Amino acid sequence: MPRMNAAKRHVVDFTLNGQKVRAEAENRMLLSDLLRHEVGLTGTHVGCEHGVCGACTVQIDGKPARACLTLAQQVRGSDVRTVEALAPGPAELSPLQAAFRRHHGLQCGFCTPGILMSLDALLREQPDAGREEIREHLSGHLCRCTGYATIVEAALAAAEEQRKEETPNA
Amino acid sequence: MKPASFDFLCPDTLEEALAALAEGGGEARVIAGGQSLVPMLNMRLARPALLVDIMRLEALRRIETSGDEITVGAGVRQAELEAWANLSRDLPLLAAAFPWLGHVQTRARGTVCGSVAHADPSAELPLSLVTLGGAVSLRSRKQKRKVKADDFFIGMMATDLAEGEMIEAVHFPKARPGNGYAFREIGRRHGDFAIVACAAVADDKGLRLGIAGVDDRPRVFALPALDDDQFDDALNDIAWSLNARDDIHASARYRRELVRNLGRETLKEASRCRA
Repeated sequence: MPRMNAAKRHVVDFTLNGQKVRAEAENRMLLSDLLRHEVGLTGTHVGCEHGVCGACTVQIDGKPARACLTLAQQVRGSDVRTVEALAPGPAELSPLQAAFRRHHGLQCGFCTPGILMSLDALLREQPDAGREEIREHLSGHLCRCTGYATIVEAALAAAEEQRKEETPNA
Repeated sequence: MKPASFDFLCPDTLEEALAALAEGGGEARVIAGGQSLVPMLNMRLARPALLVDIMRLEALRRIETSGDEITVGAGVRQAELEAWANLSRDLPLLAAAFPWLGHVQTRARGTVCGSVAHADPSAELPLSLVTLGGAVSLRSRKQKRKVKADDFFIGMMATDLAEGEMIEAVHFPKARPGNGYAFREIGRRHGDFAIVACAAVADDKGLRLGIAGVDDRPRVFALPALDDDQFDDALNDIAWSLNARDDIHASARYRRELVRNLGRETLKEASRCRA
């Protein structure tokens, strides 16, 4: 690939929430800004912009990752999922989102999209995840409302629900 | 916080990457996972003219065992080494260190060699590499060289990397059955930078204690096998020999105290594990 000039915008082709997307970005543009300002998906929130708070967490090729620590150009050809991909329909919530609602897993909601994307990846990779694994994954997120206890309860409930669905006869 | 502008190159071959680094001199930087570099770009502590993305170079994405050495290429993400099937058998020190290393979300992207290149004095991977007596393979367009890890780290975020060079791989000595390994860390919050981290190896030659977060680079000390009542004096000498600093996170005095206490626990655990 030829050297890409700093002053120009360059095409980024990638998969976003299951759809092929072609966007344009300067080299210095972060994935968080590409998603919000170029694609128009504002569900991914931006907090600290240096990887500490976790609000901007998305999934890149199935793994939770900081959108603010990823250059837009680094996701060329990758599969990116954002919080917009979780709900199955406009009036429906995913089981994890519904559990957050039931257990009061959010207050102001600013940190929620990032936390949902981390926990969604965890429950997919480790369906038997318990309190310890959930807390470990949650440690990469800051909730300034300090609502961690209810977030853990919501994640445990979602994990249990998921396990029941997968083994209906158990 | 947005990065200043830079040219971007995503080379298809290592030769192309090395040519760009040679041409760019001090103005060109390698980007791999970006988990240390992008924060520096965002805060504009780094303003390179060119970034060379090496993550599409398949040759760098390998974990290889050859004899007593495990080689981790510059494209291997931390999560990939963490999930490597032989980790707990061949690199038990790293298996113990990984849970302390950033977060799941940063390990998924960050590379092993990137953390070594960044050379944060409190970082777990440089500490583990130095404590195990590992090495770093450097490559430029003109030459290849292999530097002992202890010589590679020369100061606060400063390494022996020359202009036009990149880290091609790091090399960890493979664990020997019967040796003991231990890792301990104190930080304010889980996943934060360590205030002090200790790594220890117990083998037939004695003990080795590595310490991060105190001096301007990870430091390693060789000790004879010690009786219980000899630990305190040895650790006190080590604590005072380090150039401990006061900062917003902890005082120099507290760091020395952590060296004495955490150091003793780490050495004892490694000794116990040496069957």
